[in-house]
Amino acid sequence: MTVLVNSNTRVVVQGITGREGSFHTRAMLSYGTKILAGVTPGKGGSTVEGVPVYDSVIEAVRKHPELNTSIIFVPSRFASDAVYEAIDAGLDLVVVITEGIPVHETMKFVRYAKLNGVTIIGPNCPGVISPGESKVGIMPGHVFSRGRVGIVSRSGTLTYEIAYAMTKAGIGQSTSIGIGGDPVPGTSFIDALEMFREDDGTDAVVLIGEIGGDMEERAARYIVEQEYKKPVVAYIAGRTAPPGKRMGHAGAIISMGVGDAASKIKSLKEAGVEVAELPSQVAEILKKLLKK
Amino acid sequence: MKLFEYEARNIFNQYGIPVPKFSVVSSPEEAYKAAEEIGGRVVVKAQVLVAGRGKAGGVKLAENPEEAYRYAKQMLGSEIKGEKVRKVVISKAVDIARELYLSIIIDRSIGAPVILASPEGGVDIEELARTKPERILKIVVDPILGVRDYHARRAASFLELSEPALKKAQEIVVNLYRVFENYNCELAEINPLALTPDNSLEAVDAKIILDDNALFKYPEFSSEFVRDLSYYEAEAKKMNFSYVELDGNIGILCNGAGLTMATMDSVYVLGGKPANFLDIGGGARADLVEKAVTLLLQHPKTEVIFINILGGITRCDEVANGIVAALKKTTTSKKIVVRLKGTNEEEGRRILEENNVFVLEEMDEAARKAVELGGGR
Repeated sequence: MTVLVNSNTRVVVQGITGREGSFHTRAMLSYGTKILAGVTPGKGGSTVEGVPVYDSVIEAVRKHPELNTSIIFVPSRFASDAVYEAIDAGLDLVVVITEGIPVHETMKFVRYAKLNGVTIIGPNCPGVISPGESKVGIMPGHVFSRGRVGIVSRSGTLTYEIAYAMTKAGIGQSTSIGIGGDPVPGTSFIDALEMFREDDGTDAVVLIGEIGGDMEERAARYIVEQEYKKPVVAYIAGRTAPPGKRMGHAGAIISMGVGDAASKIKSLKEAGVEVAELPSQVAEILKKLLKK
Repeated sequence: MKLFEYEARNIFNQYGIPVPKFSVVSSPEEAYKAAEEIGGRVVVKAQVLVAGRGKAGGVKLAENPEEAYRYAKQMLGSEIKGEKVRKVVISKAVDIARELYLSIIIDRSIGAPVILASPEGGVDIEELARTKPERILKIVVDPILGVRDYHARRAASFLELSEPALKKAQEIVVNLYRVFENYNCELAEINPLALTPDNSLEAVDAKIILDDNALFKYPEFSSEFVRDLSYYEAEAKKMNFSYVELDGNIGILCNGAGLTMATMDSVYVLGGKPANFLDIGGGARADLVEKAVTLLLQHPKTEVIFINILGGITRCDEVANGIVAALKKTTTSKKIVVRLKGTNEEEGRRILEENNVFVLEEMDEAARKAVELGGGR
């Protein structure tokens, strides 16, 4: 089994006619993802890579009732509207790739999604992949391989780096979830840990965190309180980041004394999580743990 | 982006939050005139964005216009913690019976706005949270619902006030939330909120931090103020790179924020010292890579440049062409270590090797090489 996406995932791409949307539609299709429809207001009736385009999500859902997942490439100024549209159309999972959405807007749609029982991944994220089954995101599919380790990460390329090392070491992944680099993500580390706990296809979890906020500390507390059974291996980026500076991601900033790497590493270690010093060590630690 | 105090005061004025009468000036003569117009004792406040200006001599009480002139003259053009003072605020001095605290922030853990109120203001809120957490009231607001009267009543009643200040405090809570919402604030803070001997309230300091992702909505701030940036920071900003200066000698250039941080950290863990964080983002073309490499080549502090690329949407051949172009245009003795992996890796490697640039395949070995060339820390 996997979490969030699998061979039953049926995708609508919002913003499919844009440069990013069309490029990644092609990449996802060639990976084997089942994309049934695209949406761009005003472009209904056309096709992109053979995928029919509609003016609205509701119209796409009417024509393709099997749709259950949306991936959003809509520019930041219009992205929130696209999220509400996907929630109101009754989809189960909405993956928001878009970077640069104002956090006040994100707080509102994340709350709205919760009230409606919809899962949001992102914003500002690479998406979700269950290797060999479905890729709903922008990650290079070939660095991932099918297996039994779940990944949850706030970063994109760093995840590819670690997944690539895992794949090379013969350690495949059940699902890799990129929760994104914004301060308020739709899905948190705890949400992801909970999903992996329930998944019988996942034996261990890799948690890739970074400076900013206290999501890693809360995950550590959760691991202790829930007596989390599956081994967790972590890597935290930003040991050398100075306070008060935003390190690329909107959420990667040590502010008001909260969010430095040392505190996260300490909390995780105290919760019994092995924390790698170098990205390459994640695969080595997993190898050792999974042998037991 | 943090606003200057006078910008925040102007916003408070528009939203019905009481602010002492003030004027913002950029010369001692104007300061004299402003102090004369306001009358009585005034406070001269340097307009800088760094924290702790009071202790650094950036806030002075002036008894008369002559003193205001003198303080303004001292402050204008001087530097406070490395930041140049271009403007000062001349503000009516307020008699303070007690200092209170009020703010609205985004709580990242909850994903919602939070109202923070304390009857003990004037000190750093983080300090207060450490020493007397029971003296801070925290009210979580549903982001869709927004502030309600009951929130405001609860916050105001925690401030230990009597009428008419109590009623006024409720209004201030609601108005501060309106500021927070309408300006997409990460933080809207009044510290201190002064209770005067005649039982009224005045916001004697004003702090607003806007969400950078929402700045496009407020061109009045982004265009008017060039915040203090170094030459390299300004150049990087022009090209839309994420760039942060550090104090080592190994320049770091990567694609993606997480990988860039991990590359900095790896250099450090292996015994070297990173000089910067430079993230060129995803899908960068050769011309952009050339500019990024040139920027690091020019920087006086970098002795080694470590380029770590894991190509997904970024193509290694584009990166290689950019590196070669930058090297052709700049004469440099600086050493370059390149690690290329991913999309069009072979082509990228060929381009670089033809131009005598050394390419490695694994991140750790490349980081070790960079540290070796940089001479450790």
